[in-house]
Amino acid sequence: MAEPLLDIRGLKTWFKTDDGMVRAVDGVSLSIDRGETLGVVGESGCGKTVTARSVLKLIDMPPGRFEAGQILWQGRDLIPLDETEMNKIRAREIAIIFQEPMTSLNPVYTVGDQIAEVIELHQKLSRKQAMVGAADMLKLVNIPNPERRVHDYPHQFSGGMRQRVMIAMALSCQPKLLIADEPTTALDVTIQAQILELMQEMKERFGMAIMLITHAMGVVAETTQRVVVMYAGKVVEEAPVGALFGDPRHPYTQGLIRSIPRVDRSAGRQARLESIPGTVPSLLNPPPGCRFAARCRYVMPACTQAIPPLKEVAPGHKVACIL
Amino acid sequence: MSNMAANKDDALLSVTDLRKHFAVKGGVLSRVVDKVHAVDGVSFDIAAGETLGLVGESGCGKSTTGRCILRLIEPSSGGIWFKGADVTKMDATALRSLRRDMQIIFQDPYASLNPRLTVGAIVGEALTIHNLVKSRRAHEERVVQLLETVGLQADHMRRFPHEFSGGQRQRIGIARALAVEPKLIVCDEPVSALDVSIQAQVINLLEDLQEQFGLTYLFIAHDLSVVEHISTRIAVMYLGRVVEIAPARDLYDTPLHPYSEALLSAVPIPDPTVKRQRIMLQGDVPNPINPPSGCHFHTRCPIAKPDCATRVPELRESRPGHWVSCHYRG
Ligand SMILES: Nc1ncnc2c1ncn2[C@@H]1O[C@H](COP(=O)(O)OP(=O)(O)OP(=O)(O)O)[C@@H](O)[C@H]1O
Ligand SMILES: Nc1ncnc2c1ncn2[C@@H]1O[C@H](COP(=O)(O)OP(=O)(O)OP(=O)(O)O)[C@@H](O)[C@H]1O
Ligand code: SF4
Ligand code: SF4
Ligand SMILES: [Mg+2]
Ligand SMILES: [Mg+2]
Repeated sequence: MAEPLLDIRGLKTWFKTDDGMVRAVDGVSLSIDRGETLGVVGESGCGKTVTARSVLKLIDMPPGRFEAGQILWQGRDLIPLDETEMNKIRAREIAIIFQEPMTSLNPVYTVGDQIAEVIELHQKLSRKQAMVGAADMLKLVNIPNPERRVHDYPHQFSGGMRQRVMIAMALSCQPKLLIADEPTTALDVTIQAQILELMQEMKERFGMAIMLITHAMGVVAETTQRVVVMYAGKVVEEAPVGALFGDPRHPYTQGLIRSIPRVDRSAGRQARLESIPGTVPSLLNPPPGCRFAARCRYVMPACTQAIPPLKEVAPGHKVACIL
Repeated sequence: MSNMAANKDDALLSVTDLRKHFAVKGGVLSRVVDKVHAVDGVSFDIAAGETLGLVGESGCGKSTTGRCILRLIEPSSGGIWFKGADVTKMDATALRSLRRDMQIIFQDPYASLNPRLTVGAIVGEALTIHNLVKSRRAHEERVVQLLETVGLQADHMRRFPHEFSGGQRQRIGIARALAVEPKLIVCDEPVSALDVSIQAQVINLLEDLQEQFGLTYLFIAHDLSVVEHISTRIAVMYLGRVVEIAPARDLYDTPLHPYSEALLSAVPIPDPTVKRQRIMLQGDVPNPINPPSGCHFHTRCPIAKPDCATRVPELRESRPGHWVSCHYRG
């Protein structure tokens, strides 16, 4: 098999806090092939964003630190690279769209300046040409009146528009991998459909791969080929998208799929949504054994003794559960 | 138009012809050159104990509407009536007590939490401002109770917002809103940052609180499956105006406005074996500085006729409780 574009192996990203070590990402392995869309889902706080930021080494160190693992980018480990080399990769090869657009856009520069800067760096254009390019990018993500809006500051845009600005910025460098952390949560469904289509188009045109982190299971179903499910800092299931929805094996994934509200076959307000009782364990002192044990309906004594390893149960379908 | 709730007297909140224009500065002298018509004549009622869902294209003015209702930003014109009192005329003292009754959960959980305060301080702030607890002990107990209500843990109290994930921050915002036991909560995308199982927990929680305390919600969200689940009625906005209001299930079963129809058809279905026909809206999202004439939707409407560009459609009741503003539908 060809070497994956990105291959994360046994990554541990921990944070030192006053209360102790938070094991945010605790032995995550996942890989993405060229041109593939990988979905990453999982309970809020399970380490998806920390994993994504780790790839670009955008973790503040301290308090964060890489405790173990490798991040192989086209075969080369990124962890030992210095800032200068990382900056090259960030500018040209891997782009990231953050969950919170307001914290990643600079409030004191116009959005045009911010996009133009990326274009300038990447395509070696003059500032003036780059500004035209910035307006084109805004148009591409459906911001009305782009020639004028390039001169506006982030706070003058609605939540969804800021997110589209971020997407425009990320796509302007034509990356090989786009890491999209909740790219469409702030968007209404019609714009979401357009953005997903735009990402799809970039994928086909430039062979861009996408790591799509999202809670929107409908988006996962419609756009990804493979899905990784995380729970409390670990990967608990990995499967082709059809198998994940049709035959989820891990009890957490099963609960997740059952919690999805569905417009197409709604019971309306009469029915309560199903949810998984309990909360994620503290990552400060994660319990020994399976981290889902406290909430699992199939739990048995053996579950709390050792961490169940990821095992292949069908081609491309791996599960970390002793069942 | 204020008869849009079942009965005017039931209305806890009544919004009439609300408008908010933002000045846009430009040119060398930074003079005001234009106005963004963010909210352009919005009216609706919410009855005590009901949930009105508010959906619509990004940038159509949902958050602005929500913020005007709490006077977090000043409306340009229009009426906002809460329990019979005119919110637009309230002075600082009246506003302070209004905020005990009306709370907001913000869309951007990061920007809305003070990064220098611990989570305990953020959640407990309102308890102090409104003098709701008698002792430090009671204060702490209440904060822990609130954190646990939203699925966080007592030991999170001493941590700072940046140490939390997006979804965890959103829950901090919910705990903060619940602290004063309000009557009405404007929920601006309260669950979009949450994974579906936590989302289900929070929605069940909001529904339980509603049942227990008779809470009323204005629920702004993009996820139409969630909105359909939680709402009694739903209002659909397009470019600063309400284009359709209907009981939740009615809207899903028989949307009347062409925009509502497109919106519903775009909902992704969480089943990879289902492929469905999507109405892709053509044309650019119009510019709210210079909104299209007549029906705001005519530049993208698949069934537009020439007169749609000149005549503004009124919101009218097409069948009991189902209001739509389109010349050719309903
Ligand atoms: N700087 C930090 N210091 C301490 N803990 C942190 C820090 N950053 C993140 N964490 C913790 O790491 C865990 C993983 O966070 P992360 O943001 O990756 O979650 P996530 O899966 O992206 O969740 P969400 O879906 O809510 O965005 C969380 O429990 C969070 O509290
Ligand atoms: N402070 C401001 N100055 C200028 N324009 C603004 C300001 N705040 C909002 N706007 C504009 O008002 C319009 C409505 O914004 P609003 O935030 O209410 O939209 P929204 O419906 O909540 O969108 P989203 O779903 O993306 O959150 C947008 O066109 C936005 O650009
Ligand atoms: S290992 Fe045990 S506790 Fe964990 S998911 Fe499987 S059955 Fe449940
Ligand atoms: S009034 Fe005309 S343009 Fe507007 S929604 Fe109806 S048919 Fe379409
Ligand atoms: Mg995250
Ligand atoms: Mg908004």
